[in-house]
Amino acid sequence: MAVAPEKPRIYEGTRIPSPTPTLLAIPEELRDSEDLLQVNFGPNHPSTHGVLRLIIDLHGEDVVGLEAVIGYLHTGFEKNMEAKTWWKAITYPERIDYLSFQNNELVFVLAIEKLLELEVPEKATWMRMCLAELNRIHSHLVWLATAALELGAISMFWYCFRERDSILDLFEMVCGTRMHTRYFQAGGLAEDIPRGFFPEARKFADWMPKAVDDYERLVDQNEIWLERTKGIGLLSAEDALALGQSGPVLRGSGVEWDLRRAEPYLAYDQVDFDVPVYFNGDVWDRYKVHMDEMRESTRIIAQCLDRLEGMEGQPWIADDRKVVLPPREELHTSMESLIHHFKIVTEGYRVPEGEVYVTVESPRGELGCYVVSDGGPRPWRVKFRAPSFVALEATATCMRDALVADLIAIVGSLDTVMGEVDR
Amino acid sequence: MVDHPARLLEVCTHLRDAEGFNFLADIAATDYLDWGGRGVAGYIGNDGGRDLNRPGSQGLARLPEPKPKRFAMNYHLLRIPGGGRVRVQAWLDEDEPVPSVVEIWPTADWHEREAWDLMGIRIVGHPNLRRILMEDDWEGHPLRKDYPIGGEPVRFSGEE
Repeated sequence: MAVAPEKPRIYEGTRIPSPTPTLLAIPEELRDSEDLLQVNFGPNHPSTHGVLRLIIDLHGEDVVGLEAVIGYLHTGFEKNMEAKTWWKAITYPERIDYLSFQNNELVFVLAIEKLLELEVPEKATWMRMCLAELNRIHSHLVWLATAALELGAISMFWYCFRERDSILDLFEMVCGTRMHTRYFQAGGLAEDIPRGFFPEARKFADWMPKAVDDYERLVDQNEIWLERTKGIGLLSAEDALALGQSGPVLRGSGVEWDLRRAEPYLAYDQVDFDVPVYFNGDVWDRYKVHMDEMRESTRIIAQCLDRLEGMEGQPWIADDRKVVLPPREELHTSMESLIHHFKIVTEGYRVPEGEVYVTVESPRGELGCYVVSDGGPRPWRVKFRAPSFVALEATATCMRDALVADLIAIVGSLDTVMGEVDR
Repeated sequence: MVDHPARLLEVCTHLRDAEGFNFLADIAATDYLDWGGRGVAGYIGNDGGRDLNRPGSQGLARLPEPKPKRFAMNYHLLRIPGGGRVRVQAWLDEDEPVPSVVEIWPTADWHEREAWDLMGIRIVGHPNLRRILMEDDWEGHPLRKDYPIGGEPVRFSGEE
């Protein structure tokens, strides 16, 4: 663990409330106070990143009690996936976390492939990595845009959405849709990479580091931004681990843990990148982690493009006709292909019996997918370990000694997407 | 790794303190009601099964491995730093309680509430066991296999 010994401790001991770790109870001496004010924050509030509801008890400007209420966006994805074939269920995960759709799709596809023991062509692996990193930048940009907007930095929103739009243009070029692409299939990719993708992606990879510099110039010296982020929402490394935090929240608290480095999937062991770690565990450090990660993602994208450009003409999907759709042109000439196409689309493919837990590093942290198969054409059980769900558990700990205005900054810095929290 | 629910706390404490699994990644509850009822899990292609000389023979049908009890609670643990994952599995009958692991990993709080809410696992010793995703007055546990999709009754106008 990279909890640097020379760094001062963020705070002594633990700040996790007891006995309920996610519930900040009003202190004993204030319980009968007449100055208490209970405020219902959300679920329909522009700063709640969706439909989070917080019941907060205020004593003056101090937040003395807090309870997070979730479930307003519960749509039953996991239940629905049990009723769909594996083939159709791939469309669901990307809608769970609508900002990191590509990573969510990836984790489910990886789980299916692990059960099928399916080999994926090299080209598909590298393209998946490229799109997953583009998606990470996309997600971080939306985070930065909205979190800054909530703290009053409105111009940040326009600049971030400019870059976000060029990422979505890239997705549109490759997959045909801007979000929720369903481009990853069990076995590889749905289509070959279009020709025009590389020059456009290069242009983006050259531009993106300059854009991140611009964002930093916009707010890093801004007194309001500094005041509202530094030393706010403290979370020590020990508390972050105990609360199961992952991703930028964990790395902002001084724990060097990134699944791309620690448990490499795809080809992350073959690319060169750094894992940014900051040690103060406040909103500012989480912001810095996000900024550095965007730069690192750009580096990974450039390396992916280098590799992919040399793979012209290689297969982009595994050659397994029991799982993978036959090539379109064969459908006109081969009866066998037509039957397979029909069977895969209507009945779906069967996945061997077993249970797997697959993880990827999504923009928000450890995204896990626990899948049980009974050997049939439909999943028996799908469970997502949603990093946003876990991040919200840290709200009560981060809100110790906080003012009501800090609430916006803290909830924003935990980077939650309510679609994923409620699933 | 399979474990008896009564010894769950002991096993988990040992895993955290002695083996260094300080990070609880996930708790996934699974309902195995009617497991195998959908049919075969695959075919065995030997011992009088699949005969290559007889077209159309599929081999011996193999049913899914039977499960010991109806519910499984899966605790996915992770070691930071160092890496390494382990899955602790506790098998439960309907209404059989399982001890809460909130004391060991505080992050279990919401995971266990979710297991109670969606799967109806009775968790004992949880400080704040209430529904989390569904409304407080919801009836039933939606992720159970005997809970239908679209199970919410819809009243149409004009209906008595």
